[in-house]
Amino acid sequence: MDDLRAAFFTALGLMVGLDRDLVAIVCLSLSVSLSAVGLATVLALPLGAAVAVWRFPGQALVRILLNALMGLPPVVVGLMVYLLLSRAGPLGTLGLLFTPTAMVIAQCLLVTPIIAAFTRQTVADLHEEYAEQLRSLGVGPWRTLWTLLWDGRFSLLTGILAGFGRASAEVGAVIMVGGNIHRVTRVVTTTIALETSKGNLPLALALGMILMLLVLAVNTTAMVIQDAARRVYG
Amino acid sequence: MTPAAILPLVVHDLCYEIGGKHLLDGISFRTAAGPRTVVLGPNGAGKSLLLRLCHGLLQPSAGTIAWAGTTPETARRCQAMVFQRPVLLRRSTAANITYVLRLQGIPRRQRRARMMAVLEQAGLLPLAAQPARVLSGGEQQRLALARAWALKPQVLFLDEPTASLDPAATQAVEAFLDHIHRTGTKIIMTTHDLGQARRLADEILFLHHGRLIEHAPATAFFSNPQSKEATTFLEGKLLW
Repeated sequence: MDDLRAAFFTALGLMVGLDRDLVAIVCLSLSVSLSAVGLATVLALPLGAAVAVWRFPGQALVRILLNALMGLPPVVVGLMVYLLLSRAGPLGTLGLLFTPTAMVIAQCLLVTPIIAAFTRQTVADLHEEYAEQLRSLGVGPWRTLWTLLWDGRFSLLTGILAGFGRASAEVGAVIMVGGNIHRVTRVVTTTIALETSKGNLPLALALGMILMLLVLAVNTTAMVIQDAARRVYG
Repeated sequence: MTPAAILPLVVHDLCYEIGGKHLLDGISFRTAAGPRTVVLGPNGAGKSLLLRLCHGLLQPSAGTIAWAGTTPETARRCQAMVFQRPVLLRRSTAANITYVLRLQGIPRRQRRARMMAVLEQAGLLPLAAQPARVLSGGEQQRLALARAWALKPQVLFLDEPTASLDPAATQAVEAFLDHIHRTGTKIIMTTHDLGQARRLADEILFLHHGRLIEHAPATAFFSNPQSKEATTFLEGKLLW
């Protein structure tokens, strides 16, 4: 109970005082997660839509794989990216290990299957409604993809938010490929892990509250926009 | 470049079966440009199926569908179809029209003018900026019609276009259909509404249980049906 109270006041003090370290950590967290989600969205939207709409051999297998990859363990992804980017690995010459870029890559790999699986479901439902009309209008396979993606834009936002939630919450992958280096690759989740292991529980709790507030803020904004737009566009 | 005429349409011995069940059997007819063709019959007669087969949305199990001097794929580009429930994009009314104009490769400069002309003819210009999905049922169906008409089709298929509409909306849709007909587009539509068939048809294809029972000019069909099924149907009795 004391720890909780201490945490609450610590958090308040840090936020109100705009502590420089805290601001840097939060900014890095946001920039890594948002970049990862942005990149994942660009990859996952066409992928999910194509699996939903196009007919090709092995389609059922791809669907199962996408759903299964949603549960990819972050440490496994971290390990794979670590091996890829380490000096002995195939991409070692790029010198990306222990940089925010490596963290973005790892989170992107984690988040892409989630957004792709959501997209697949949303687009498949829309396709059922639109398929006959689009065929009647003579819409080709690629244009069908973009038409369905655009028309499903509000529902797709839910998948993207789920991806953002996963990215901002995870610690296993970013700690392995980022190294939790002060002022370079230290984000909110890795700081929580560090401060807890140092026994600095009030600070760890405070950061936890701040992280939840951040995620809540992003989700609330997105939901408000989505509801308003849905009411307008139907 | 004006595409070559795809009419007359000649259907020969058309069959469609699923799981051993013959939903359409041995349908043969010829229809030319000009008269409004109404496919009439009780529910389950196979009217919607016939339209979808002619439009190329389904493949026949047997028989042929021949458009004048061209393949069915090419012919489809000169056709359009409106379904019982309008499938509109989740965009504005105007955007639904410019979508098909863009499909046709109309340059951006001309798209707006043509979109406005189409909407004005459909009586929907004041609603141009509204999201298509908040329009009323009748307005949505008129938009679907306007969108089909924007393609400048030679043949317009309509599958029970006013079945879900109230009388006022039905009247507005029929008036627009009349205009489309007068600009030279061939209308082929299904209905189970006798009154509508009497109002609109120049030519009747009467289907029952997947078979073409009668094919006649509308006046002849309504005044002097040749078959027992048609007579029963015209008397307003249930037919199965």
